[in-house]
Amino acid sequence: MAEVIKVGMADLKIAKNPDILTTLGLGSCIGIAVWDPMTKIGGLAHIMLPDSTKIRNNSNIAKFADTGIDELIRLMLQAGANKNKLVAKIAGGARMFEVSGATTVGNIGEKNAIASKEKLKQLGIPLLAEDTGLNYGRTVELDCSNGNYLIKAVGKQVKTI
Amino acid sequence: MGKFSFDNMNSMYLDVLREIGNIGAGNATTAIANMLNLAINMNVPNVELRAVEDLGGAICAEDETIVGIFLEVQQDITGSMMFLMKLDSAHYLVNRLMAGMGSENDPGVEFSEMELSALKEIGNIIAGSYLSALSTMTNLTIAPSIPFISVDMAAAILSVPAIQFGQFGDNALLIETEFGDDVMIDGYFILLPDEDSYDKILSSLGIAL
Repeated sequence: MAEVIKVGMADLKIAKNPDILTTLGLGSCIGIAVWDPMTKIGGLAHIMLPDSTKIRNNSNIAKFADTGIDELIRLMLQAGANKNKLVAKIAGGARMFEVSGATTVGNIGEKNAIASKEKLKQLGIPLLAEDTGLNYGRTVELDCSNGNYLIKAVGKQVKTI
Repeated sequence: MGKFSFDNMNSMYLDVLREIGNIGAGNATTAIANMLNLAINMNVPNVELRAVEDLGGAICAEDETIVGIFLEVQQDITGSMMFLMKLDSAHYLVNRLMAGMGSENDPGVEFSEMELSALKEIGNIIAGSYLSALSTMTNLTIAPSIPFISVDMAAAILSVPAIQFGQFGDNALLIETEFGDDVMIDGYFILLPDEDSYDKILSSLGIAL
């Protein structure tokens, strides 16, 4: 029986086949799903901000794209995942209110998406798919049995990337 | 860089912010009562500090749909503010405002364009009267932008203030207010002054930092 494991805001967790990792209502935050098809170990990080080095208060490493992804990978490798097999999918990074893109509220989602992709690239983890941007919230589920990343949004059809 | 932080806030700051919350929410409620021509009762607002990570579930389940109205604030104080309502409260208010011409109080029904526009106006009036109370108290000029609206999952809407607060610290300030006549409405305010603006608000109220 698959267990559904919830990941909170500024939080990250790992799981194994057949479990499912989920995070509810991603807005401008990003849900970064990493999966190893060999061991079927998966990880999900729910980051809020792009860069820990730009923030004075950065004690929670799961809050940031850079330190959050590092920690997620560290935990996955510790659990037995293969570094060179890892693949990633990301979702979120919406602009929840149609304010000007020049403000933090206007562009933080986009910055989060860019930072997440840069960090994955730097670690050599291929990004297989993404569902980012636009103006709506997303609930995501990573199925550790097959690496499917399910995305639900209010008034929209469920999609799998 | 501002001196103020929610992470080292003493009880006096919290009292001041609570009082601002009280007066602001009182003003906002009166504005709504006038607009809807209702005798409205109101309970004392509840002001609390929440860990940023818990903000997404602070009002209701994280994936429950809510209405969020967002305004930017300019001039002496810069930043933004939000007013949030649950779906049933929003349907009730908009239906009252449109004199029964809105869709039924059925949370499953999507808002029409006209209802969304009415909701924006409700948010505008509530937030505007809140800010004018703050402006009167502090003698600072505060100018709100036009309102922006989002009807979406609570955690997604609340990620906006969570991210704003999250840049400065680990806590966010949430003001809960309850008002109504026969039906009570729950509304939530989140004030998001830029870091320096907190110092300005507190010092103009004579609070030494």
